[in-house]
Amino acid sequence: MSAVVEFEKVVAVAGSFPVLTGLDLRVAQGEVILLRGENGAGKTSFLRSCAGLISVSSGDAHVLGFDMRVDRRAPRRYIGLLGHENNLYRDLWVREHVEFRAAAVGAAESDTDAALLRVGVPKQLWSVPIGSLSAGQRRKVAIASLVVGRPRLWLLDEPHASLDSESRENLDVILAEASQLGATIIFASHESPPTNGIASRVITMGGGRVLEDSGAS
Amino acid sequence: MEAAYWRTPVLAETLLVARKDLRVEWRAKVALGQVAPLALLILVVLAFALDANSSLLELGAGGLYWVAVLYGGTLLIQRSFDVETDDGNMDAFRMSAIGAPSLFLGKSLALFVQIGLLELVLGSGIALLYNVRVTDWVLLFVAAVAGTVAFSVCGVLWGVMSAGLRVRATLLPLLLVPVLAPILLAGSRAFETALGVRADAGWTWASLMFVIAAIHTAIGLGAFGFLLEEG
Repeated sequence: MSAVVEFEKVVAVAGSFPVLTGLDLRVAQGEVILLRGENGAGKTSFLRSCAGLISVSSGDAHVLGFDMRVDRRAPRRYIGLLGHENNLYRDLWVREHVEFRAAAVGAAESDTDAALLRVGVPKQLWSVPIGSLSAGQRRKVAIASLVVGRPRLWLLDEPHASLDSESRENLDVILAEASQLGATIIFASHESPPTNGIASRVITMGGGRVLEDSGAS
Repeated sequence: MEAAYWRTPVLAETLLVARKDLRVEWRAKVALGQVAPLALLILVVLAFALDANSSLLELGAGGLYWVAVLYGGTLLIQRSFDVETDDGNMDAFRMSAIGAPSLFLGKSLALFVQIGLLELVLGSGIALLYNVRVTDWVLLFVAAVAGTVAFSVCGVLWGVMSAGLRVRATLLPLLLVPVLAPILLAGSRAFETALGVRADAGWTWASLMFVIAAIHTAIGLGAFGFLLEEG
């Protein structure tokens, strides 16, 4: 399998604070990686480095074949990122928002409806302002905005946050399906099992580097 | 040929971003419900401050109009980037598959429409409150368009620079006002000529605003991606 993420001795600094301190990690296409670790372990920083939102200070970093030290913007059109916040326009209606995200990546209008139905946003909410939704419903809209883009690399930070148990299971199914279709998924979570169930590999981080890797040979 | 032109990615992306921004504003009603009434209120307050002296108001109408546009426009520019930073949207804005030039042009276009509508409201206010008489409608229209374009592109360029900053609410006006001051001056002079209170080179002032707009557009097209990334 070709490598989707290849980090070798990567150091990244946010402000004056080192957030990645010599990270070595290789992620192959189709893998579902669960990132674990205490608060401040570097999980979010790793995800943001993969997205090119934190620049790499030293080491070698390649994402989807792009050298992140040369152009960290290049792989973004193939990446779906969901952080702690939902990245939603609160004043737009649900469908309008997902439609905008779909159009931005060149997806068809019909994909919008399919994505919303897939993540379990009922039709009666499609014409409701996002700002009036519950936290869980907003999370689902954020996930639908990713689904509609069919990313090759999913970077998810606590994606199950605010979701009820049924929606969590549904998200796991969505991620498993995406993986079967060739997408690579890296997600950080503090959830107890069964979230681990969809992960093909568990990586424990601490101090900005990998402490333990269940897939290490 | 024409159909192919409309399908060019930059134009399509520009319209997509502009439509999104305008839709957000249409739903939120901030521009219509808060900024326009506030700008109108400024015109009223200025009229009171000048003691409703009709000849003085007539003489200063052009300048007072552009002061109100400056104030209202700054609020609209700030609002345009508040939307992009709310709920972590800046990450999505940076991660967007839409090219940086299209983001710049799209946001500028949306601001152009909003500031243009604000100017229509303020123009009506000036006509009613300040008793002005237009002697050159063409110059008035061209100067208004030139000023609006200049305000929009300058606003987006400086708005993105302050977007990532925690203190942007106070810093953006501080950065913007000196940049917008030449537009205010040129707009005021052009309007004074169009309103017949000054026999001056109104068209030269209007042209100056187009030059300011062109310079900022060129900088924006080239640097918006970098500023978005490093802002």
